[in-house]
Amino acid sequence: MPRRNDLTTILIIGSGPIVIGQACEFDYSGAQACKALREEGYRVVLVNSNPATIMTDPGLADATYIEPLTVASVERIIARERPDALLPTVGGQTALNLAVDLHEAGVLERYGVELIGASVEAVRIAEDRQRFKDKMIEIGLQVPRSGTVHSVDEAMALIGQVGFPAIIRPSFTLGGAGGGIAYNLEEFKEIVERGLDASPVNQVLIEESVLGWKEFELEVMRDRMDNGVIICSIENIDPMGVHTGDSVTVAPAMTLTDREYQQLRDQALAVLRAVGVETGGSNVQFAISPTDGRIYVIEMNPRVSRSSALASKATGFPIAKIAAKLAIGYTLDELPNDITRETPASFEPTLDYVVVKIPRWTFEKFPQADQTLTTSMKSVGEVMAIGRTFPEAFQKAWRSLEQGRLGWGADGKDQINPERVRERLITPNPERYFYLRYALQSGMNVAQINALTHIDPWFLEQFEQIVNLEGRLRAFDLSNVPADLLRQAKRMGFGDAQLAYLLRAPRLRHAWDAELAVRARRKELGIFPTFHRVDTCAAEFPAFTPYLYSSYESEDEAEPSTRKKVIILGSGPNRIGQGIEFDYCCVHAVFGLRSIGYETIMVNCNPETVSTDYDTADRLYFEPLTLEDVLNIVDLEEPDGVLVQFGGQTPLKLARALEAAGVPIWGTAPDSIDLAEDRDRFGALLGRLDIPAPAHGSATSGEEALEVARTISYPVVVRPSYVLGGRAMAIVYDDETLERYMREAVDASPEHPVLIDRFLEDAFEMDVDCVADGSEVVIAGIMEQIELAGVHSGDSACVIPTYMVAPEHVAMMQTYTVQLARALGVVGLMNVQYAMKDGIVYVLEVNPRASRTIPFVAKATGTPWAQIAAQCAGGAQLRLDDQYLHVMVPGQTEPVISHKLDTGEHNQKYHVKEVVLPWARFPGVDTLLGPEMRSTGEAMGSGATFGEAFAKAQLGCGQDLPLSGKAFLSVNDRDKASLLPIARDLAAMGFELLATGGTAASLREHGLTVTSIYKVNEGRPNAVDYVKNNEIALIVNTPLGKASFFDEVAIRRAAITYGVPMLTTLSGAAAAVQAIRALADDVWTVHSLQERI
Amino acid sequence: MDAVLVLEDGRVFPGRSFGATGERIGEVVFHTGMTGYQEILTDPSYSGQLVTMTAPHIGNTGVNDFDPESFKPQVAGFIVRAYSEDYSSWRARGSLAQLLRDHQIVAIAEIDTRALTRHIRTAGAMRGILSTTGEAVATLLAKTRQAPSMEGLDLTRVVTCDESYGWSEGSAPFGPDYGTTLLPPLTRHVVAYDFGLKRTILRRLADHGCRVTVVPAQTPASEVLAMQPDGVFYSNGPGDPAAAAYAVETLRGLLGKVPVFGICLGHQLMGLALGGRTYKLPFGHHGANHPVRYLPTGRVEITSQNHGFAVDPDSLPAEVEITHINLNDQTVEGLRHPGLRCFSVQYHPEAGPGPHDATYLFRDFVSIMEGKG
Repeated sequence: MPRRNDLTTILIIGSGPIVIGQACEFDYSGAQACKALREEGYRVVLVNSNPATIMTDPGLADATYIEPLTVASVERIIARERPDALLPTVGGQTALNLAVDLHEAGVLERYGVELIGASVEAVRIAEDRQRFKDKMIEIGLQVPRSGTVHSVDEAMALIGQVGFPAIIRPSFTLGGAGGGIAYNLEEFKEIVERGLDASPVNQVLIEESVLGWKEFELEVMRDRMDNGVIICSIENIDPMGVHTGDSVTVAPAMTLTDREYQQLRDQALAVLRAVGVETGGSNVQFAISPTDGRIYVIEMNPRVSRSSALASKATGFPIAKIAAKLAIGYTLDELPNDITRETPASFEPTLDYVVVKIPRWTFEKFPQADQTLTTSMKSVGEVMAIGRTFPEAFQKAWRSLEQGRLGWGADGKDQINPERVRERLITPNPERYFYLRYALQSGMNVAQINALTHIDPWFLEQFEQIVNLEGRLRAFDLSNVPADLLRQAKRMGFGDAQLAYLLRAPRLRHAWDAELAVRARRKELGIFPTFHRVDTCAAEFPAFTPYLYSSYESEDEAEPSTRKKVIILGSGPNRIGQGIEFDYCCVHAVFGLRSIGYETIMVNCNPETVSTDYDTADRLYFEPLTLEDVLNIVDLEEPDGVLVQFGGQTPLKLARALEAAGVPIWGTAPDSIDLAEDRDRFGALLGRLDIPAPAHGSATSGEEALEVARTISYPVVVRPSYVLGGRAMAIVYDDETLERYMREAVDASPEHPVLIDRFLEDAFEMDVDCVADGSEVVIAGIMEQIELAGVHSGDSACVIPTYMVAPEHVAMMQTYTVQLARALGVVGLMNVQYAMKDGIVYVLEVNPRASRTIPFVAKATGTPWAQIAAQCAGGAQLRLDDQYLHVMVPGQTEPVISHKLDTGEHNQKYHVKEVVLPWARFPGVDTLLGPEMRSTGEAMGSGATFGEAFAKAQLGCGQDLPLSGKAFLSVNDRDKASLLPIARDLAAMGFELLATGGTAASLREHGLTVTSIYKVNEGRPNAVDYVKNNEIALIVNTPLGKASFFDEVAIRRAAITYGVPMLTTLSGAAAAVQAIRALADDVWTVHSLQERI
Repeated sequence: MDAVLVLEDGRVFPGRSFGATGERIGEVVFHTGMTGYQEILTDPSYSGQLVTMTAPHIGNTGVNDFDPESFKPQVAGFIVRAYSEDYSSWRARGSLAQLLRDHQIVAIAEIDTRALTRHIRTAGAMRGILSTTGEAVATLLAKTRQAPSMEGLDLTRVVTCDESYGWSEGSAPFGPDYGTTLLPPLTRHVVAYDFGLKRTILRRLADHGCRVTVVPAQTPASEVLAMQPDGVFYSNGPGDPAAAAYAVETLRGLLGKVPVFGICLGHQLMGLALGGRTYKLPFGHHGANHPVRYLPTGRVEITSQNHGFAVDPDSLPAEVEITHINLNDQTVEGLRHPGLRCFSVQYHPEAGPGPHDATYLFRDFVSIMEGKG
């Protein structure tokens, strides 16, 4: 049966802000679902609070709501749009949970909305661990011994049956948050308490440990005719005990006989049938005993998941797209396989290559966090690499990670503590694979390492082969290395840069010379990469989709075209500071350049993204973003241009080397990008333009830094050059701290000096994004940050338009921005950060490239700025008339595209971006915001008033605001006067005020009724006790300095644990008060983007 | 040691030897399954073929005592991208290379199997020679071209058993009880013709309550009928079905007298016996992921396949019903003749290796024997 004709409008729920455990893979799946349903002629309504997504682009759905993912909000959308059906399976656990909530609240029934793709019952069985296990036992499958408890007492009663080590898994949490492994009673009790707390239903599963068992996942699809297929098997190299999101994984499974694999296949299909997944994709996880082959079913997700995104990229099978089509009535055999065209989707992809995924952690942002890898996911991104063999894929994946290493070692950068080798092998941690390498090099054998790590010996033997080859290479240098050995090294995945180190290639002028020497040598020896197609069928049928990876084989399948073409370099693995926003920009660069006639070629290695979908760009190279790999593609494709300004720092870092190699770089010249990072040159430019900036300097050593700091006077902001997300950025108040910073935090060098700026305390900060074509400059948006200076702009809420800046200052920023863009010869995007203090507008920073805020600005103004910028880079000119921005292509008199500009003449005038922070994942980490960015994602709220927009942004981030209750206030002396209006407003809205000594006294002086409570160090009951007793609904606490540091840490931690909203700046508090008023008045409404544009 | 594969059209693939030394000539085919190399190697249907595995890593799980489909490797030669001498599996008893050397199977690794597969896909299955002898390519090429083509080749006589034997073991359990033999209650008697019979088929028959008597390929129909079986099974096997005319004749003597179930070569022989024709496919079906539609229900099965010939649907008489078709290329995958109580499938419902989606066909066979089909 083809599509269902009884449905007209379908609602899709997205996954909200990026958090650990739920990242841009759901933008990929949501975007695919939107496209799939629209191409079937349905009217698609989409809701997602995350503006930095492709799925929320107005072109992807008929009505796009960037609104909070709450029952109240979605009910309003349903009431306006009256969808016939809701597809909840492509927006992660967030969408599934919300769908269940909507069902329970009676909303779906009230409006006659049918749930498609998953039933409430199936979601409940899959999510309720006890019911799931009962179901598995009922159908004859095995599961670890376990029980579900709702209290610590019940848990203590159960532990006797389960035994240690025991796994604790809270129900209904993301990525296993709040869970862990306990080895003793004390630890057990602690983790159970935390888990009960983390679970929204106060329920945890206590489970027999299968630590060290082999771990597998199967990606399964089923249609309503009960046709079931396995899309991909994934083997976790890290055995059971490490969350699959934190494991290095490989597809397909490498260490199963067919007998074992077919048992997993039979069981996976049985699980789907038993849980009741009637249509769509699911992920089933298994543990297999390495000694007797016993199989345990661990869990299943009745929806598209992170692993499905990986499986889609690994196989070329578009799981989310097909899942959407199955949900509306198709069966697998009615759908074509896009890649082969001739064959149907009812088949199982077969791979003649190997795929390796490696997680990317960001522990450097959270130095106090426990780095042990457990069942609770901690990584923020991942890379995938494809090779013809496992060693090749594994080494390419390490090379893709971009962590300051050239690959899996072989770069002279090992930091190994020989004393800790056993410990680092036994306890999983982000450094484990480097220790494993060291262990092999220092003579530990496979059996010994297997005993410590439980990693399957087959993988260890592959690692040993890599290490052995490295040893053989070291015996030569570049001039005498035998051709066959060099070829073997390339076939095993060694990078040219690693070979440059191993073969002691000479470094001449530039950092990249040595690597290029290896490249030249291997070309002389006739060693060239070959490109192969991901074809779903191991070459059994011709592939029509140019989805390519490199290897060193005997024939090339790339078949480059002779069209005019451009390569767009992607942003690599997600990390804090460089995430989905840059993938959004790259995807828009593709859209923009394709629409003006270019063939677009995407290079990226992040499997979670829309950019690596095979139908986003005309051609996709799933490759590491290193000089070597990019040059290989450039050599083959001979593009007219390469775009490096859209993918964040990853491609920018390659710009100069690519330029030096003669690659045509489009857009703003790499030299201008450098100029903006070079304090001296940039300072000179500002001087010439007469634009104020905080006093500044740069230093390449500790002494220099002290000298600069004394000249410009404390406090100062220090940071390394060429970083994103405020990596290692700090505000420093004295010599001692500065010395320590220079010693410990950074690795300063003449090539990478440390930048030192005068810190403008209490300043307001603004962000301006603009687009330029080399002469014409168009302001895209001006954002006012709600937090004061000192909080990284990526961690600060912000609002468009500015609401507290005088028009003359806005005009000044516009003028400066235009001057700067022209002076830097910007062709494309530029972001400028301004600070305002005492009526002066200072330029803090200029970045002539895509910025994190572009997607938000695009959504707020309804204009696809990144597309326009890419078109400028491709030679287009901008022409502005009062309502429209026209894009002109040379040789054509009519504009190729005209965008209507936002005039603000509608009832969605204010747009607020708020951020989410990963504190809940990292117990023990201080949660105070600072100049180092630590947020993982963002949500947007729009409204007629600032308060409404701010309220929605908070709700969009999952932060409920209280409408009544007790507000706890504790602020420093400087803030006491400004607190008064906030306190008055709170009191007027019916909040009861609690405050610590000084704050309480100051408020009472102004006639407010305040109850005094103790600070943590003053006595009991103190503020933390009140929080823990759920007596406090809202906290306003600005830092009081070193004396009360621990007090504040304790309050902040309690606030996070108990989900109490906490404001650490008064500007934030003032915004929250306006938001609470908007919610209390219940005047907020929902609007689609399409209504505005 | 260096080894080389030379195809009859002159294309040469150099690599490294990892099995026995020497020269082997055969038809080069590729198999796209990602697991099950031990089953594939030992499947007698691969007799006379140089089998290329498209999955890059082969040897990972070694070899074990349970998975072989016959008593020894049957392929003429084995071609892989990356051979793993080190293996890891709780059931493994030794390395793949050792098994190959023990049975004089020549094998080559480190060759570009994807390029080879693409070549066969476009140029068609062809003869090739696998050599470790260091002989000149021109000489090897000449030898290849002199070898007989698969078309017209009857290999069933080569691989069949010498004398009949009984079988009553079912599928072995997995997990902690691995290694024990299940003996299900056996209520039916099936005579299985061995044209290259796989053990998994015998186990599946036993699982479904059938005591099996395996007979050599040339056993006359009268002899089988004298055993008064409840049903006859026509097995898989190598070579060109049209060349095994004797087996078609035998089958004609059985049809209508006893229920008959055929798999793979058995299916092709069935097609011929019912009056149809067979033809050679360009490069055959060898894999574990082919979608097949079971027409009576419309459902799709993912199937294990291994055949180079197919039954021409237009050649079949009207009373023969096509029951299964391949969704990739619409070729015939199954047929039945209700009046004659016989049916057959082109693919491998017993799996080994491959998915278990079509196990129901063994139940159907039992139903027919019970007069319900």
